[in-house]
Amino acid sequence: MKTTLRVRRFDPEADPPMGYVQEYRLETEPSETVLDGLIKVRETLDDSLALRCSCRGAICGSCGMRINGHAALACKTKVISVAPADGTIEVEPMHNMPVIKDLVTDMAPFWSKIRQIQPWLQPPGTAPKAEYTASPEAMTHLSGVMSCIMCGVCVSDCTVLEVDKTFVGPAALAKAYRFVADPRDAATLRRLNALNQPGGMWDCTRCMECIQVCPKGVAPMDRIMALRANGMAAKVPSTCGSRHAEVFTDIIKHKGILDEPMLAVRTFGLKHVGRLLGMVPMVLQSVFKGKVPKSGPLHRPIPGIHHIQRLFKRMRVKS
Amino acid sequence: MTTSPLYDVLIVGAGLAGMRAAISAYEQGAKVAVLTKVHPVRSHSNAAQGGINAALTDRGDKWEDHAFETVKGSDYLGDQDAIEVLAREAGKDIITLEHMGVIFNRNEEGLLGTRRFGGQKRARTFFVSDFTGQALLHVLYEQIMQAKIPVYEEWFVTSLLKNDQGHCSGLVAFEIRSGKFSLFRAKTVIMASGGLGRVYEPSTNALICTGDGMALAYRAGAPLMDMEMVQYHPTTLKGKGLLITEAARGEGAYLLNKQGERFMERYAPTMLELASRDVVSRAEQIEINEGRGINGCVLLDCRHLGRSFIQERLGQIYAEAKTFANIDLAEEPLPIRPGMHYQMGGIKTDTEGRCWDPQGHWKGLPGLLAAGETACVSLHGANRLGANSLLDTVVFGRRAGQCAAEYAKTIPAPVISDSAVQADRQLIETLLARQGPGERAAALRLEMGTTMNRYVSVFREEDGLETARQHIQSLKARWSGIAIQDKGHVFNTGMIATLELGFMLDCAEAIIAGAITRTESRGAHFRTDYLDRDDEDWLKHILLYHQADAEPDIHYLPVRITQWQPQVRIY
Ligand SMILES: Cc1cc2nc3c(=O)[nH]c(=O)nc-3n(C[C@H](O)[C@H](O)[C@H](O)COP(=O)(O)OP(=O)(O)OC[C@H]3O[C@@H](n4cnc5c(N)ncnc54)[C@H](O)[C@@H]3O)c2cc1C
Ligand code: FES
Repeated sequence: MKTTLRVRRFDPEADPPMGYVQEYRLETEPSETVLDGLIKVRETLDDSLALRCSCRGAICGSCGMRINGHAALACKTKVISVAPADGTIEVEPMHNMPVIKDLVTDMAPFWSKIRQIQPWLQPPGTAPKAEYTASPEAMTHLSGVMSCIMCGVCVSDCTVLEVDKTFVGPAALAKAYRFVADPRDAATLRRLNALNQPGGMWDCTRCMECIQVCPKGVAPMDRIMALRANGMAAKVPSTCGSRHAEVFTDIIKHKGILDEPMLAVRTFGLKHVGRLLGMVPMVLQSVFKGKVPKSGPLHRPIPGIHHIQRLFKRMRVKS
Repeated sequence: MTTSPLYDVLIVGAGLAGMRAAISAYEQGAKVAVLTKVHPVRSHSNAAQGGINAALTDRGDKWEDHAFETVKGSDYLGDQDAIEVLAREAGKDIITLEHMGVIFNRNEEGLLGTRRFGGQKRARTFFVSDFTGQALLHVLYEQIMQAKIPVYEEWFVTSLLKNDQGHCSGLVAFEIRSGKFSLFRAKTVIMASGGLGRVYEPSTNALICTGDGMALAYRAGAPLMDMEMVQYHPTTLKGKGLLITEAARGEGAYLLNKQGERFMERYAPTMLELASRDVVSRAEQIEINEGRGINGCVLLDCRHLGRSFIQERLGQIYAEAKTFANIDLAEEPLPIRPGMHYQMGGIKTDTEGRCWDPQGHWKGLPGLLAAGETACVSLHGANRLGANSLLDTVVFGRRAGQCAAEYAKTIPAPVISDSAVQADRQLIETLLARQGPGERAAALRLEMGTTMNRYVSVFREEDGLETARQHIQSLKARWSGIAIQDKGHVFNTGMIATLELGFMLDCAEAIIAGAITRTESRGAHFRTDYLDRDDEDWLKHILLYHQADAEPDIHYLPVRITQWQPQVRIY
């Protein structure tokens, strides 16, 4: 199959350092991956093309890169599954981290965020003589998170990190969940309090991008939501984030429809008049763009609200 | 040029062996650092799928049984004192790993659960789904982060240094990101640089498994031992040679030939698919050679295990078969064949990990220790049992770290000159200055790999080995004609591939030298011109010493036997 790899390259040793796009034309087999193609380039056409790779089997986490606009492991991406009719595939380094050369990014910021969550088991007191007992279910559940290979793909495509470098990010939060959900760990409350700070678990905007791109099915965003639920259950101090969730539910329960002005006022509280006023331009813009429902901004309960309330009741009984 | 602080223990490699060594040396109070050519969690240990063996004596298992099965698996070439240490200390090390945070699979009572692996009668393999190596590796790295042990990430070692007394006193390495060289001073160096799979093509090993440490130690004067013992794993995928874990057979999968026959009934009537790897690989190769294979493969059949079982206990290989062979394991059998997997041999060490003998029975390199796949203690002898290698890394990694830390307390700070740095830097500049058109390192590696896979594989004989020897010699000569297109110093992977090829050619030469020398069949080393095991002449190890521009200097050491006399090996 005729394939063209359009690679975004970066030469740090040029004066001045220079980014450019280079196209490599090659033949690929139906069974081959984008990584096979890049290795072929490196071995037969141009050995100056820099990339990281090792296992070829989606386990070492070296070969994260953006392929046709989304981060992925090159060794897990079949050429056939991403090549359009003309066979041209766009390859670029991961986002949200500095580039060292070509497809090689600097993972140091990634790891410093992992270290930030104190990623090691903190069991209580002295260890028993034999193993800690733990239910098979708990361990199987954790293995879904431990299968994270720290490839950085979720961080590359995280839409929050794009605008806020202080966000600890999906990989570190998933790792944090791995300890919070571990029955052997005794630092749960301390961990949840730390994650409750700005840049922590409440800063995710639930765009789902990390779930989409994660090559190992870790579903980081779901883990972040589980952290939030754990935090609220453990009664860590409320934040705008947790209040938003609580107020949101409360409004739906009482009105059956989202009352946005009420949501904002109750989330921020009257103490934060400044932040509320700061939203005025956005509100005006929404009105202007026709984003405010015809019924007006303030809602009465919808007809049939008792159906919704019944749902709430049923959910409470279940949980 | 920069010079590092003086370390008591400097560890090359951040796989399981290297990190376990670092933690134990740190616990002894030593000043430790780790140096690795890839980030620790990218190390090849992450590829281990199946599990790690241990006889937990408080659950009714006996360490002696584990030891005996390892001895038998090794075809009696393993040193029994070392195997006893391995089997006796395994249980404690598994519990330590669990305490560190490894999420081992549990049974209904919430205690550690096991699965069965080849060559063993009892289920004593502990595991985390089918990504045991990754689960262990990430937990050890967590411990390294907690202890704040310095890690020189993406640094490439180019030579070991010796002081005037011939004591290993540090090393030369460059930072891949900048190309800058540095001199590392250390009282002891632990080599934990992993295997050499890329000497072969195909191989189950990752692209970074290039035998660097074996070649570095060998060039510096430490002997390599049992290098002819190269394991072919029975279940690898056609093409790139990716591994399908033995856990598949451990959990009940069958091997079938073209006629749908469970052919292992003819080769190993009792243990069937779970006989030792050398036995199963040989059986498969015979089936294929005699026309009972399908396109050079036999079939691995998991269908009777059921979809949900496969997905829960063998999820990783289910996905692997789907992605790389386009096969749904729950519905179709998977074509597989024997493929190069593991190097039983390596840098000769004693049971403390020392690459020298304090009693002076064999010549080594004082100050150097080794652990993990790069080392040869020798536990695995002529054939390694599945799930014994991870155990090897943690038991002997721990012991090497401890021994190095204690030894470092007894010796003064080394004095070394920086001339070696100049030599290595000069070599790189010469490589970079060479203008094309030259040969490509990748092309030479492919020639080496296919040659090894053809002549030094499951079946070997004199003429083939001689052909391979000559071919490797000629590749060595051609190595100096390689031209690298990339002339930069930052992340020059072309240059790294060239250096690695140099290391691999030394390893290939040693493997062939051992294979030609050993005129018998034992374990993984099967000579079609010497069909039988010959305990009278060959119950001994082959030690190889490097000689510049000459064939290796060959020495022998007797096998250490404690309680198990050699017997005929039947599975
Ligand atoms: C696919 C596969 C599956 C396996 N499954 C199992 C299993 O289920 N059970 C089992 O017991 N065993 C298994 N094995 C074997 C086992 O995984 C390995 O033997 C073991 O993990 C090796 O660990 P190590 O610490 O010695 O080396 P590695 O983990 O390979 O680490 C080597 C380290 O050395 C560093 N290094 C190398 N060269 C240099 C250099 N020049 N400069 C600086 N650093 C360098 C690397 O960066 C790396 O950090 C499997 C092997 C494979 C290939
Ligand atoms: S090469 Fe290891 S994850 Fe792709």
